[in-house]
Amino acid sequence: MNKDSKEHMLKSLRENLRFDGRRLSDFREISLELGVSDSAEGSARVRIGDTEVIAGVKLGVESPYPDTPDQGNLIVGTELLPIANPAFEPGPPGTESIEISRVVDRGIRESKVIDIKALCITPGEKVWAVNIDICSINDSGNLIDCAALATVAAIKDTVFPEFDGESVDYKKKSSKRLPLAKSRMPVTVTVVKIGEHLIVDPGFEEEAAIDARLTVASTAEGVICSMQKGGDKAISTEDVSSMIDLALLKAREISKVVERA
Amino acid sequence: MGYDKRFDGRRADQMREIEARVGVIPRADGSAYFRIGRTIAYAAVYGPRNLYPRFLQDPSKGILRCRYNMMPFSGSGERVRPGGNRRSKEISMVTENALMPVLNLDDFPNAVVDVFIELPQTDSGTRCAGICAASMALADAGISMRDLVTSVSVGKVGSSLLVDLTYDEEAYEDEPVSDVPVAILPRTGQISLLQMDGEIEKDELIRLLDMAKKACWGIYEVQKAALKERFNCVKAD
Repeated sequence: MNKDSKEHMLKSLRENLRFDGRRLSDFREISLELGVSDSAEGSARVRIGDTEVIAGVKLGVESPYPDTPDQGNLIVGTELLPIANPAFEPGPPGTESIEISRVVDRGIRESKVIDIKALCITPGEKVWAVNIDICSINDSGNLIDCAALATVAAIKDTVFPEFDGESVDYKKKSSKRLPLAKSRMPVTVTVVKIGEHLIVDPGFEEEAAIDARLTVASTAEGVICSMQKGGDKAISTEDVSSMIDLALLKAREISKVVERA
Repeated sequence: MGYDKRFDGRRADQMREIEARVGVIPRADGSAYFRIGRTIAYAAVYGPRNLYPRFLQDPSKGILRCRYNMMPFSGSGERVRPGGNRRSKEISMVTENALMPVLNLDDFPNAVVDVFIELPQTDSGTRCAGICAASMALADAGISMRDLVTSVSVGKVGSSLLVDLTYDEEAYEDEPVSDVPVAILPRTGQISLLQMDGEIEKDELIRLLDMAKKACWGIYEVQKAALKERFNCVKAD
């Protein structure tokens, strides 16, 4: 972003006003839809304003990782599809996509929302693998919070296919749901610092002006389960403290949207 | 017993339910959503824009570049590994060929028009749904076109000639199956995509093409209605 535009943005932020008319701590409208792809075992579409993400869960039976023989495998991938943003190109995941995958993965893993031991079929031999794929449809800013929200919605939607001990029958859905601890459902909120101002849910123009950001995943009980600092400016302890406060406040609002779905 | 009653109860010449919308991806220059039965395609158009690396540029005209891609969870069985494979590369290529006859990119030397097709859910007929969505997205992007492009698959299961086969019909085991994806330019009835696998007699193929043409005219009406819906807020002074 050029210097004049940033100056203009800072001036309006001082008056608690953003380019699209929001106040600093306002999210855009969030909508959430479950079961948007019936070829997946679970799926969800989340829109935050114009930003749109679809997440899908595929379940499969695999051998466990050698260091966790009694746990299921959890894999999160992000496809920043070129339909979503003129700057996204086809090809293997870049750093932005990998960061989203890893931050979402940590939120799910460290919140322990999925009972990963219950995904073990035969220790050391067979476990369920939970493959979560995040696909961007439109990027109008804040893909990371949108991706994290679509992921928790998709795991909530997930139903096991039939498994007879040998092979998985993807055509038949069982009545068994993914083993989830509802109170530990993580909600991810990114707080962005532009100048001395803290905002949430940046649009794509605001993302271009970011000095620093802090992504915080927390559970409904208010436990912080993962964090990621981004941006190329450093932040103070006081910044961290107020960013976390704002993230937790917003997470409480958003968790109500997840509960309703 | 032949396959004379379709699994989902459709008539032989009846397509699945179709839904079409235009302008679904705000960041794109043009975009569309096309659903036929359980098969869903998104298409987004970016361009004409600069093309790099420069050796790909054509100084006499703009080029069209299509990418067909299934989302990892969109297959009916196991997860589809992301990234291209031989199948998706070939479909991307035939999609370019299906769309090219209606486009005139002479005014955009050295530029590229990118068409990205993404499928979140599939039940056969994906390249056809992708082509239908792509042609609407190109129109939405304001690229000059001679016509839309419409596409549907036709085929033969046992001795029945059918329009718009589902996955279960393509996988029918008791009798031979042939599958013929077709794209039609609706104003002239010309064919811009024709592929076929299976066994078929020549006169049956000609009858199938006729069935495809009639079905495509139905799709054309749905596409036009969606485009008009998108622009109905624009009124002449």
